[in-house]
Formats: sequence, structure tokens, C-alpha cells
Amino acid sequence: MPKFQYLICEVGWVCAFPVSYIRPPQNELNTTPTATTGKMTSLSAKDKNTVKAFWAKVAGKEEQIGCDAVSRMLTVYPQTKTYFSHWKDLRPGSAPVKKHGATVMAAVTDAVSKIDDLTGALLSLSELHAFTLRVDPANFKVLSHNLLVVLSTMFPEDFTPEVHVAVDKFLAAVALALSEKYR
Amino acid sequence: MVVWTDFERTTIQDIFSKINYAVVGQAAFSRCLIVYPWTQRYFGQFGNLYNAAAIASNPKVAAHGKVIMEALEKAVKDMDNIKATYAELSALHSEKLQVDPDNFMLLGDCLTIVVASQLGKNFTAEVHAAFQKFLAVVVSSLRRQYY
Repeated sequence: MPKFQYLICEVGWVCAFPVSYIRPPQNELNTTPTATTGKMTSLSAKDKNTVKAFWAKVAGKEEQIGCDAVSRMLTVYPQTKTYFSHWKDLRPGSAPVKKHGATVMAAVTDAVSKIDDLTGALLSLSELHAFTLRVDPANFKVLSHNLLVVLSTMFPEDFTPEVHVAVDKFLAAVALALSEKYR
Repeated sequence: MVVWTDFERTTIQDIFSKINYAVVGQAAFSRCLIVYPWTQRYFGQFGNLYNAAAIASNPKVAAHGKVIMEALEKAVKDMDNIKATYAELSALHSEKLQVDPDNFMLLGDCLTIVVASQLGKNFTAEVHAAFQKFLAVVVSSLRRQYY
């Protein structure tokens, strides 16, 4: 029998809702990158420094990381292949995958350098994704996760839980900035 | 009815035979509590979870991580029957523990990242896909008894 939350409405009626239906308090929301509150995705100074410090360590390997992340995304989450039907070869490490991985990682690395104003930095990319590519923003989370997995395989010692949470927050903020122009 | 390819079966068995449950369990569960702090809501009785260092050194967290891995092993040992294997655990999480099922994949994602760090380049895209499929089946089975 689920636990019930009792609400007394304005006119004095008592309404009962199963607890699971009640929106949990703000700080317990399982936020997605499209959340508009900004509370979960606003980056503290510590977050920004952690991301910058970690990104300095991955310097030089961006293309490899990007290629692996996109390859993984297409393999592990096949629904993402629907956006790339115009490519001849969707296999991991293929030429279009490699090129696109490099493009994506270059944009993410650029975002690190402009971490104080992601909305501004990603304005034109947001327009591209919103009006031309029309990628469902739910997929940003998918690519972000795959990026984290790649970082974990390549930098097991450096990708500590503290770095993980900072980078996850950063990628969520990037996804949010990319979603700005959608509607 | 989940259909596993031979590659998927051997991959999952292989991963679970290679990893140390105490180490991976502690790492994955503590990572989940650190990266997704709202998951701490279910562990009020675990004591000090105030910061990453406290979580990482918390013995109850470590113990519970091992419990989770041992529960996952049940599914690994009987991959054609995961739904039935987790019927009781699903009811427990739904009725007694009242865990929001959206949280299950958060732990799954952290486990993926820890296994990835352990296997390094051996955690190829194909191995990753098999592991993700296994986790999806586990999560789906755990969600079944919710109403």
C-alpha cells in the first residue's frame, strides 16, 4: 500500500495523493539538461576550476576522445544513428565518425575556455541544433554519458568522483545552453 | 523475453568474473551518492555523507556497495530469468524502500563508469553495449512491481 500525502485544499477539502506523485523538494529533483531552474546546472567556481584542470590533462587527446565517444554512442544507443543516415559508414572509428568526434570535442573544449558564459559561447551552435539539425535534446545527455565513460577508460586515476561530478555538471550546462534556442 | 547473443552472454559473465565486488561496489555506489547527491535521500541511516571524502570512507556505504554487486550477480548467474529473479527486490524497492525508479539507471551509469575505468581499452564499444543492455534489463525488472 503506497504512502499517501494529504493536502488540504483552499476550500478545506482533503485530497490524498500517493507520495510518488508529489513533486519532491527542489534539491531532490532528478534534473535533466532541459530543466530551467539552473539550480542543478549552475557551476560553482570550484566546478569551473576542476573542469579546467582536468581538461588541461586531456589536451592532445581530444580527437581520440571525441571519436570514441561518438562511436560508443552509436553502438550503445542505436536510436542516435537516426541522425546520421546521411553518412556512408556508421561503424566505430569510421571516417565520418572520426571527423564528427573531432568536431564535437573541439566545440566542448572551446566551451571549457568560455565556461563563464556558455549561453553566449554556444549561441550559434544552439541555433544550428534547434533549427537545422533538430536533435531531440534528450540525446545531449546520452552523448554526455558516453563522453564520461571514455574519460573514465582513458584517465582512470584522474577521473575521480569529484572530477566526475564537476564534468557532469559542466556537460549538463553545455546541453542546457545548446537547448536555449529550441523553443 | 530477452534474447542474448553469445557475445553478450560471455561478455557479461567475463566482466563479473574479473571485477572485485567489494572494490567495484564501493566505488560505484559512493560515486552515485557523490555525483547525484539527491540519491542520499534513501540512506539517512548511513551516518556521515556530508562530503565526497566522508562518503568515500564510510563503511556502511562500502558494505552496501558489496550487497548491490552480490544482488547483480544473481542476474548474471541466470540471465534468462532476470525478471523472476528480481520480483521480490522490485517489490521491496517499490513498497518498503520507496525508491524513485528513475534513480536505478543513475547507479547503473556510475557502475558503467567504474567498470570502464577498471577495464580501460578492453571496455570497447561492443562490450559497453552488452553491459548497457544487461543494466537496462536489470532496471526494467526492478521497475516491474511499481504501481
